[in-house]
Amino acid sequence: MHHLLPLLVAVPLLGAALLAATGRHLPRTVADGAACAVSAGSAALALLLLAHSSPPLTEWAGGWEPVAGHSVGILLTGDGPGLGMAALVCVLTLAALAYSRRSLDEPPHGHAGAFPALVLVFQAGMCGFAIAGDLFNAFVWFELMSVVAYALTGHRVEEARAVQGALAFAVVNSLGAYALLMGIALLYARTGELALARIGDALDAHGPPDALVLAGFVLVLTGLLVKAAAVPFQFWLPDAHAVAPTPVCMLLSGVMVELGVFGVWRVYDTVFSGPGGLPAADAERVLTVLGAATAVTGAVMCWHQRHIKRLLAYSTIAHTGLFLIGLGTLTPEGDDGVALYVVGHAGVKAALFACAGILLDRYGSVDEHVLHGRARPLRGVAVMVVAGALGLAGLPPFGTALGKSFAEEAAGGPFTVLYVLTSAVTAAAVLRVAARVFLGLGPTPREAGGEGAEDAYETTGSGEEPESGRRMARVPDTMTAVPALLLAGALAAGAVPGFGTAVARAVSGATTAGLVHTSVHWTPLGVGLGLLSSLLAVALAAVAVARPGRLAVPGRALPLRRLQSGHIGDYVAWLLVGTTVLGVLALPAVLSG
Amino acid sequence: MTALTHVLPYLVAVWVFLAGCYGLATSRDLIHAVGCLSVCQAATYVLLLAVGYRDGGTAPVFSDVTPGSRPVVDPVVQALALTDVVVGATVTALLLALVVQVAKRHGTVDPDELSELRG
Repeated sequence: MHHLLPLLVAVPLLGAALLAATGRHLPRTVADGAACAVSAGSAALALLLLAHSSPPLTEWAGGWEPVAGHSVGILLTGDGPGLGMAALVCVLTLAALAYSRRSLDEPPHGHAGAFPALVLVFQAGMCGFAIAGDLFNAFVWFELMSVVAYALTGHRVEEARAVQGALAFAVVNSLGAYALLMGIALLYARTGELALARIGDALDAHGPPDALVLAGFVLVLTGLLVKAAAVPFQFWLPDAHAVAPTPVCMLLSGVMVELGVFGVWRVYDTVFSGPGGLPAADAERVLTVLGAATAVTGAVMCWHQRHIKRLLAYSTIAHTGLFLIGLGTLTPEGDDGVALYVVGHAGVKAALFACAGILLDRYGSVDEHVLHGRARPLRGVAVMVVAGALGLAGLPPFGTALGKSFAEEAAGGPFTVLYVLTSAVTAAAVLRVAARVFLGLGPTPREAGGEGAEDAYETTGSGEEPESGRRMARVPDTMTAVPALLLAGALAAGAVPGFGTAVARAVSGATTAGLVHTSVHWTPLGVGLGLLSSLLAVALAAVAVARPGRLAVPGRALPLRRLQSGHIGDYVAWLLVGTTVLGVLALPAVLSG
Repeated sequence: MTALTHVLPYLVAVWVFLAGCYGLATSRDLIHAVGCLSVCQAATYVLLLAVGYRDGGTAPVFSDVTPGSRPVVDPVVQALALTDVVVGATVTALLLALVVQVAKRHGTVDPDELSELRG
């Protein structure tokens, strides 16, 4: 079975190469169909491998097995979490490809294969990162998925905003990747190994952590946290997500950002969790402090957006913060909860982006104020947006709710409050949009472009062009079927009995070799907190719609909003600040040792 | 003296990385910024090659060196650096293409004048 692991990367890459080579002779239907078939095939393969992932599969590519304990080969690891992420990547790619079939403009003649080929390379990069067993190949896959993501973000090159967002995305993420590579070089210098587990063993053999280990940890985490969009590395994400084509947004927000979180978990768990790595208290401090800052920043910024895709992007940041807090508990319950939360969140968030894309293609705008009351005819989409918002809030029986309840119980204390508030605020922002856009509730906002300082410092959603080339008279069935299926999946993740326990078993197979089994099921407290944050979200949204001035006081969040300046230089400076903060937070590990 | 020569390449790598970051943070021209990003990447080459250096080592090519007869530098990091160069070429090419599009759509390559995405 383990010989099939490389196919997970090879199949989409081959499909992409074939599409790129023959795309100019193919009609669009054939090119899109072939791409869908390839991603569906790799999804089936990932699920098959996932079913056989206990004990974890390992494969040395090309038969370069370790000699006398030393290895230079490429290691692929197929354990539960890695293959689970790969399966999620494949399924979401299939959804994005099916959605893009009608949502994107007809490509220029002879370029039918370009977009699906790029999406397949993106899929291959993400799958490769998920199953990479050694650090350097993790870096290579990290770079591959990043580079394709920049190209896909700037895919509509004729749009001024798209190229600007793609450029900021590219500069910040590349710099993060170079920091990651420097960290890898330092770890290799200390241990002479690249395979993750062997680096961990070699560090433990060397003794307690010193400055070199700390530097390696900080640099590696900088790269991964840039991808995960943790504060203060998050600035690229709203700029990129607001401008990327909708199917690409589904992938970026649904799995790519979560792969950064997955990378943090993987690296800490296999490399730094031993006695030669970072003590648990310090890792806990790093992850929970950054996670809390990320959750708060994301929620506040999310609330103050009127550009719907940007609003969803900030809600992704907020939820990433919650994931980091969950991982920061360093308990099996926290890991299980986050794993399930990521699965549910991917479905909900991709569905919400798909709905925003429908608005863009139908009305030529994603601005909450401009669209006020205009989308009344789209009843089905309205239902899906409300369902998605409640999924974000963690209303049982969504998968997000089950995952969240486990993670928040593991985190405990003030973090439970933070979980409830953050998910409630992000959901309330989406509910507010739904009430205004689909129902026309509340006073009609004055048209965009007042002259106050507040109005000058925001991104409106009215300058966007429909991705379908022209405004659609009616919404195609595939564009509504995809979000409906994704929401159904997110619902099933929580509602199907045993799914949560299966996820927990997959995670524990990798962390504790299956020795510790947690059974993930609904608890009265979890259900109560989920209902509480849903009620809170509805109440907040109701107040915001009825009394728009009361909750969005002009100027209160302005200092925070001014930081999001759209300036590449500022983002790079923040990256350096973030690296320093990471170092300071982890410093006690070395001082006490 | 030997301590200094052993530490020097690492200091150079840090210096080059920070110099590139400084250039990126203060850049007034996007083409200059892409160049600065390449400078940051050059720091990773220096670091990788410094990690693999052995005193008195020669190139790890065994066509004219009997294996084991004399020390060679670590070929693994050289392979890594080579891969890194390929990655860097791709990133730089893509970034420059994006800058060309920014210049066409915005009529400027000064990051201070790009203000469509904020808040």
